[in-house]
Amino acid sequence: MTGVERIRAAFAQAGQERRAAFMPYHAMGYPTRAETLEIIAGLAADGADLFEIGIPHSDPLADGPTVQGATYTAITQGTTVADCLTMVRELRDAGVTAPFCAMGYYNPIFRYGVERFVADAAAAGIDGLIVPDLPPEEAGELEPACRQAGLATIYLLAPTSTEARIRQVVQHATGFIYLVSITGTTGVRTELPPDLADFVQRVRRHTDLPLAVGFGIGARAQAAAVAGIADGVVVGSALVKAGGESVDAALLLGRELIKGVQEARG
Amino acid sequence: MAAVQREPINYNAWPDEDGHFGPYGGKFVPETLMPALDELEEAYLAARNDREFMAELAYLQRTYVGRPTPVTYAARLTEYLGGAQIYLKREDLAHTGAHKINNALGQALLMKRKMGKTRIVAETGAGQHGVATATSAALLGIECVVYMGTVDMARQEPNVFRMRLLGTEVRGVESGSKTLKDAINEAIRDWVTNVNTTHYLLGSALGPHPYPAMVRDFQSIIGQEALVQMGESDDGPGRLPDAIVACVGGGSNAIGIFHPFLAYEDVRLIGVEAGGRGIEGGEHAARFADPEMGRLGVLQGTKSFVLQDSDGQIALTHSISAGLDYASVGPEHAWLRDQGRTEYTYCTDEQAMAGFRLLCDLEGIIPALESAHAVGHLIDLAPQMAKDQIILVNLSGRGDKDLGTVMGDWGAV
Repeated sequence: MTGVERIRAAFAQAGQERRAAFMPYHAMGYPTRAETLEIIAGLAADGADLFEIGIPHSDPLADGPTVQGATYTAITQGTTVADCLTMVRELRDAGVTAPFCAMGYYNPIFRYGVERFVADAAAAGIDGLIVPDLPPEEAGELEPACRQAGLATIYLLAPTSTEARIRQVVQHATGFIYLVSITGTTGVRTELPPDLADFVQRVRRHTDLPLAVGFGIGARAQAAAVAGIADGVVVGSALVKAGGESVDAALLLGRELIKGVQEARG
Repeated sequence: MAAVQREPINYNAWPDEDGHFGPYGGKFVPETLMPALDELEEAYLAARNDREFMAELAYLQRTYVGRPTPVTYAARLTEYLGGAQIYLKREDLAHTGAHKINNALGQALLMKRKMGKTRIVAETGAGQHGVATATSAALLGIECVVYMGTVDMARQEPNVFRMRLLGTEVRGVESGSKTLKDAINEAIRDWVTNVNTTHYLLGSALGPHPYPAMVRDFQSIIGQEALVQMGESDDGPGRLPDAIVACVGGGSNAIGIFHPFLAYEDVRLIGVEAGGRGIEGGEHAARFADPEMGRLGVLQGTKSFVLQDSDGQIALTHSISAGLDYASVGPEHAWLRDQGRTEYTYCTDEQAMAGFRLLCDLEGIIPALESAHAVGHLIDLAPQMAKDQIILVNLSGRGDKDLGTVMGDWGAV
């Protein structure tokens, strides 16, 4: 199976169970390398369907303070792009089978070498790429490399996306589409926008790809609400913050969020 | 052997419609901002062809900014260096004391007249762009927030107070190196969050398309005036210069004076980067001068030369001048350099301070530390040129804001 197929299968599996897929984000190398591996393996064992594998960057301009702080810590501890791929390989060797989507800004990938990165990522066990500062217009090098390696190119859409923009982006997307719930950076919000369901529907009219919603989701009730309207629920900052306290805190929150997603069983 | 004839480049044709200057430029931003960039481009292109808008901007440039700024013959500096005749384009005499007002006023007016937005965010390094933006916002009655690294707030304290006096909220940025790059990150984060009401008034010829071209256009008034002042005015030398020298941080003052001269291929165009404590130790902001750290990359929306480590993390830069202390450079500069049309060199902190002192002592002008880098390069360049040759320096700003830094450095001078 290719990465694209594994991602589609994970969403299909959740769909068969009449629920949304749960996709935690983790900042690789935070708070330490060992805890990163424990948190991801633990969340997988508890039922996470897919993962966002956060590759740290010095200038994460789409991220709020929690992820900024975590990725900064990871970098200062020496976490490199190659280390992230090594950790992915170790997780695969340890039996974690859930699809992994690498989430990283473009410059570290570009510097690593786009083709080389895609090949190495696929070999390590990555299934798709999310590059938040790379719109399809600029992905002329990344897309063919991903097609060749079978990796999904996962694009984001936002509440500000126009109909024309949605039509354009969905043509380039494979695997799933990542819907940004709010206009803003990553980080927990007390409330999600009231028109989120409309936004999901607006995109739904243009594509059959699974639609996962992220940004701002941090509590069980929010996870349940989003699971009721989308095919996937992404949680980042809240889990990163908990992971900064302890592995157990992250896994405890992860189980709460999974319950939230399951409560919305349709 | 016949010389290779190349087709003259139509510099006005760049960037292409996706915002690329050759392999540089483009739009590397989160999806949330893509519609805002399209909207900005549309508004700007409409304004550029709107006679009423351009007339209002020209009126404000004349009656509020004080344009045209003069060209001054630097007689004593010329005599002291003993080579080419030196002229100074006096952007330090523009209202707010630097060229930054040309772009700030242009974008603020664009927002006010052509875009349905009510709030401006901006970044600032040296504080000159922040002051220019705060000034434009006060003039036009617009809410304004400026992000500034806390390291820069400390070394450019007078400008922080100036912005606050002008009714702008200055927000200190504590992340990363606490300088210009980090201020841009925070301004972009604010813009992503408030994009429906807010325009990001980017201060240099950087960032995603259409900023590099739009900022260049607003700054090109410098070169357009200089063309006339050098070539035709009775107060000038009566001919175009042999070389133009400008400092390059993001590169807005340089592209502003260079651009109208691009078609005059005999005029050398020289950009001066910040050499900091020297290239070898890595403590500098000279993107073109350091082949190890200065590589093709993507930072804050645009592809250009970026100071970075081998893992693609952005390097911490150093310059005595806050306005040049930035890890990337405007994409058009990178492209013009590839064409062989512009050339780049650097001045260390020490050379810039020498230029600063010379201009104070010999011309009675206290330059901004940014502009002092261009003056510092004259110490090498002018004596190599013949006495009937002419150099035009873009004196991009005045140095009042830098007195604290200079006083601290006094013992070392």
